[in-house]
Amino acid sequence: MNSLFVVVFITGLALVAAALLIAGWISPRSFNPQKGEAYECGIPTRGTSWMQFRVGYYLFAILFLMFDVETVFLFPWAVIVRDLGVGGLINILFFMIILVLGLAYAWKKGALEWK
Amino acid sequence: MFDFSVITQWIDNLLRSWMPGGWALFIEFVLVGVALLLLYALIALALIYIERKVCAFFQCRLGPNRVGPYGLIQSVADMFKMLIKELIDIKHTDKFLFNLAPYIVIASSMLAFGCLPFGNGLIVLDYNIGIFFIMAVSSIGVLGILLAGWASNNKFTLIGAMRSGSQMISYELSIGLSFLTMVIFAGTMQTSGIVEAQTSGWFIFRGHVPAIVAFIIYLVAGTAETNRGPFDLPEAESELTAGYHTEYSGIHFGFFYLAEYLNLFIVSGIATLLFLGGWMPFHIGGWEAFNHIMDFIPSVIWFFGKVFVVMFIIMWFKWTFPRLRIDQLLRLEWKYLVPISLVNLLLMVLVVIFGLHF
Repeated sequence: MNSLFVVVFITGLALVAAALLIAGWISPRSFNPQKGEAYECGIPTRGTSWMQFRVGYYLFAILFLMFDVETVFLFPWAVIVRDLGVGGLINILFFMIILVLGLAYAWKKGALEWK
Repeated sequence: MFDFSVITQWIDNLLRSWMPGGWALFIEFVLVGVALLLLYALIALALIYIERKVCAFFQCRLGPNRVGPYGLIQSVADMFKMLIKELIDIKHTDKFLFNLAPYIVIASSMLAFGCLPFGNGLIVLDYNIGIFFIMAVSSIGVLGILLAGWASNNKFTLIGAMRSGSQMISYELSIGLSFLTMVIFAGTMQTSGIVEAQTSGWFIFRGHVPAIVAFIIYLVAGTAETNRGPFDLPEAESELTAGYHTEYSGIHFGFFYLAEYLNLFIVSGIATLLFLGGWMPFHIGGWEAFNHIMDFIPSVIWFFGKVFVVMFIIMWFKWTFPRLRIDQLLRLEWKYLVPISLVNLLLMVLVVIFGLHF
C-alpha cells in the first residue's frame, strides 16, 4: 500500500519528464535576445518583480492556518462521533468555541475586510 | 455489481505463476502507472473537448467541428501542437523553481486522482484516511502555483499567483469542513468504506438538510478551488494576461492546463464519492424490478456518469455568473461559507447522534 503511493507519485513525475523530453526533442529552437525578456505588454521591464506586496494575503494565510489546523484536529473525532455521542460533542464544543471566538475577533478587528 | 478486483486478482495470479514475486510486483506497479497515465491523459483530452463544446453551445456557437467527426480529434491536435512549440528560456527567472513548479502541480493532482474509486474494486490508493489524504495532497498544488508565479519574475504572474494562492487556501477551508461533515455522517475516512456506506441510499438523500447544504458549499468551494467559473480572477485575461502561467510556453504551459482540467475532474469525482454514492447505482426503496435493472449498468459507467453531471453543473456556473472581485470573493468565503459550514457541522453532529437520518 505504501509503495503504491510512491508508484503514483513517480507516475506524476514521469508524465512531466516524458512530455518535456519529447517536447525538447521535436520542438524548434531559435535564439533571439528579445525572447528572453519578461512579458509585459512590449515595454521593457522596470525594476525587479521580486518585491514587497500587500500584507492582506499573509493575513488570510495566517487565518487559514488557524482553521486548517482546527479541521485536522476535528477529523479523528469526526470518525467516531457515533460512539462518543453527546459527551464527545460537549468536549469538542469547547475547542470549537475557542476557534469561533478567534474568527469573531478577526472579523471585529477588520482582518476579513479587503481594504 | 461486477467486482473488478476479480480481473486484477487474475492478472496478479497469472504474473505470479510466470515469474518470482518481486518481478510480478514490479510489473504490476508498471501496469498501474501506465493505466493511471493513460486515464489521466485521456480524461484531460476528453474534458478539453467537452469544455469547448459546452461553452460553444451556451453561446449559440458550434464549437470545434473541423478535425475529425464533430471535432472529436481537436484536443489531440491541440496537444500535439503544444508539444511542437518552442520552450522559451526566460532570462531573469529562478530557473530551478521555474522548472520545478509543473512537477509539483502534476504530481499533486496525480496523487489525488489515484485515490478516486472508479468502479467496484477499481481503486489504486485505498487508505483508511482516504479523504484526509486527498485533502492533504490536493493542497500541495497551491505550492506549485505560488512557485510558478514567484519564479517567473514578472508582475502579472506574481499578482496572479498571490490571488490564486489566497483564493485556493481560503476555499480549502470550506472544502475541509464539508468533508468533515460527510465524514461524521459516514463514520469512516476510507474511500471504499464511504462508497459501501451508501449502498442503501446516497448520502445526499439520507443526510437530511446538512448533507444538501454541505453539497452546495462543496460545489461553490470546489469551483473556486479549480480557479474556474466566476472565480477565475487569478487568470483574468483582461487584467493579468494569463495569471501565474504567463511566462510558461509550449508544453510547460500545457502542464498547468492539464492539471487545471484534472482538478475539475477530481473535484467532481470527490463530490460524486461523498454525496452522490460513488459508483453505487441509483435505487428506490421498494421498486425491486427498477433496482434490479439499475444493477445491470456497470459501476464504471455510474461513476463517470455522475462525475460528468457534476462537471456540467460546474461548467454551467462559468457561463451564468459574472466574475467576482477579490474582496467579494474573500467576503463570500470568510463571512458566509465558513460560518455556515461550522453551523452545518454541528447540525450534522446532532443528526448523527440522535439518529434523525434515514
